[in-house]
Amino acid sequence: MDFEYTPEEQAFREEVRTFLAENLPRKAERGTDFLATWLAKVREKGWVGFSWPKEFGGSDGGLIEQTILREEMALAKAPPLGTSFMGLAWVGPGIMQYGTEAQKKKFIPDILDSKVTWCTGYSEPNHGSDLASIQCKAVREGDHYLVNGQKTWTTGAAFSQWIILLTRTSFDVEVKHNGITCLLVAMDSPGIDVRPIENMAGDRHFAEIFFTDVKVPVENRLGEEGDGWKVTVSALANERSSIGEVTQMFGKLDTLKALVKRTNRQGKPASKDPKVRRTLAVFEAKIAAMKYNGLRYLTKQIRGEPLTSETSVNKLHRASLEIEMDDFAVELTGQSGLQLKGGSDAVENGRWAKSSLNWPNVVIGGGTPNIQRNIIAERILGLPKD
Amino acid sequence: MNFGFTQEQEMLRDQVRRFMTEACPMSTVRELTAKDAPFSEKLWDQIASLGWLGLIVPEQYGGIGLKWIDLALVLEETARGLSPLPILSQALASAAVLRAGNDEQRANWLPALASGEVRATLALYDEPNWFDAQAVTLTGIPVDDGIELHGRKPFVADAMSSNQLLLAYLGPAGLGLAAIGKSQVKVTEEPSMDVTKPTGSIILDHVQVSADRLMPISPEDLAYLADCGAVAVTAEMVGAADTTLTMTSNYAKERIQFGKPIGQYQGVKHRLADMFVDVESFRSLLYYAAWCIDDAVGELPRAISLAKGYASDAFVRIGIDGVGLHGAIGFTAEYDVQLYLKRSKWSRPMYGDSDYHLDRVATLGGI
Repeated sequence: MDFEYTPEEQAFREEVRTFLAENLPRKAERGTDFLATWLAKVREKGWVGFSWPKEFGGSDGGLIEQTILREEMALAKAPPLGTSFMGLAWVGPGIMQYGTEAQKKKFIPDILDSKVTWCTGYSEPNHGSDLASIQCKAVREGDHYLVNGQKTWTTGAAFSQWIILLTRTSFDVEVKHNGITCLLVAMDSPGIDVRPIENMAGDRHFAEIFFTDVKVPVENRLGEEGDGWKVTVSALANERSSIGEVTQMFGKLDTLKALVKRTNRQGKPASKDPKVRRTLAVFEAKIAAMKYNGLRYLTKQIRGEPLTSETSVNKLHRASLEIEMDDFAVELTGQSGLQLKGGSDAVENGRWAKSSLNWPNVVIGGGTPNIQRNIIAERILGLPKD
Repeated sequence: MNFGFTQEQEMLRDQVRRFMTEACPMSTVRELTAKDAPFSEKLWDQIASLGWLGLIVPEQYGGIGLKWIDLALVLEETARGLSPLPILSQALASAAVLRAGNDEQRANWLPALASGEVRATLALYDEPNWFDAQAVTLTGIPVDDGIELHGRKPFVADAMSSNQLLLAYLGPAGLGLAAIGKSQVKVTEEPSMDVTKPTGSIILDHVQVSADRLMPISPEDLAYLADCGAVAVTAEMVGAADTTLTMTSNYAKERIQFGKPIGQYQGVKHRLADMFVDVESFRSLLYYAAWCIDDAVGELPRAISLAKGYASDAFVRIGIDGVGLHGAIGFTAEYDVQLYLKRSKWSRPMYGDSDYHLDRVATLGGI
């Protein structure tokens, strides 16, 4: 057990820090072309798709270097390394694993160069947590599939150029997981209708998508027909380690502490209130637990030992923190905490009020807490399936 | 960067687990605890010969010279079956001599502690729930060649099975630890909820202690030893909580109600999943805290307060739900899960409950 980094790893950390010092101006000093310059520079460094194989344009970055990169980026509150979060997180890895040579050539460079943004068409109105029951239909007709059906809660649908789409190609199966096929679909295909949905925070992050006789060339099928579930599951397994998240959450905890220090409750400093102190410490304990859980799992990965769904542990912590930290700030600041951007007494221009309403992005997307509990109970503790 | 155990450490864990399962199963624990002052000379000699009592004692003093992270692993494993052996007390007494003893005292005490020949315990605070130098109220009055102790030590873990007692006192020159032979004092065994953790109280009525048996300590030493105590207790909590979870999961797989194993119902399986999240989390926090003792002692206070602050509440919930999920059978004296509930309650105040540790986390974090 040791928490030291090798000289090479430390040198890499220094390299990232130096880069950030030189290329990440303060927010107020950022010009309109900042983001484009940033994306080009991190791309040039080989940090976009850092863990991806060199043959696909990545850097073959090792697990520890990946961790260092994420940690430093989060610490500096740097913008993302690419504009397509989902493209980098699972579409790209999915294509590298299951895609044809033509697909790799066509899609991978655009993801790395932030030329194309991807969204993910999994959930349907009647099939969310029970994803394998999807009904969106794709029928093979010669050299294309004809897609009919509906997706919903699709984050980023309104501004994405491509969607990774789960469809049902066979209804006549004993096991619902069979008969699912994964298609890569251009969002400007005729027959696609995107209708943004407003969420409770007033944002329009997600949308419902209607597919009416949408033609998808067979060459855009990812994996074999009927293998869509396998492709999806292994794509979702390409989840990022939680280390970057942990750094972010320690940062958020610091801003909460700063808020506590300048807030009064019942005429007394909130920082003296035992409940406030305890709540902050519980957050810190959970974030620290995520950190050390994450490092234990990372060590397992480095040693080549299999992980059995342990990442669900940190997802559950993340979910509860996502809800509780923002809610704590809103409660702490009383009626001011309710005011939104522009309110005369708004706290930090309504930042906490707003974010306290956006938790479902993290908590529901990617598997609800109850689904994570099922995963732990069934795969780790060996309890019978529902 | 490596937050995992070595092969040697895994072998040590296996050795402890195997030995405890065979030599100290629950039937033995129940037999031992049915008597006053549960202890077994035979088991004690066996574990002494396996080297577990001298784990953190340097080789020059007859120990193995390993670190607290190794000790934590052993305590985790010995606590799985709620062994009543005073391994934790012996370890803390060794840590105290290492920290506070002079060369002569180290040379005198440590080999005997490592070999198990001397059985010792450490008692720091005299208040039921206050972890501060002010909570050391046993008074030392200077006399020729030493001090005279006057007062009461109400909470002395494993006092009955120990033959030497390391007691914190407050003298005119400050705090100190006094090593007292048990025959010099009156030890009263106190009836307590957890019979696997025998506790005594000691009355000291003008007890003379010679200078060679006194170790002066600073408030920082006291706090360090309390933090070591919290690490040791939390390590045991990891093992005991993990067993509670396994026991309850196994029961949920076998118990059929409404035609299905109860572990198939989300009301049951989700609670078990949450228990797993908690055990896994305070286990990670504890390993880090144990590592800090030897390798980053400046981080120890925050690290152990995060771990014990988390574990104290989580284990009590696990103990209650462990019994609750078993239904009425869990409530019976005959069934073992109730012993784990009692252990969870015992663990909570030991070296600080969650209120104490979480408040310290806030303070250390600048709040």
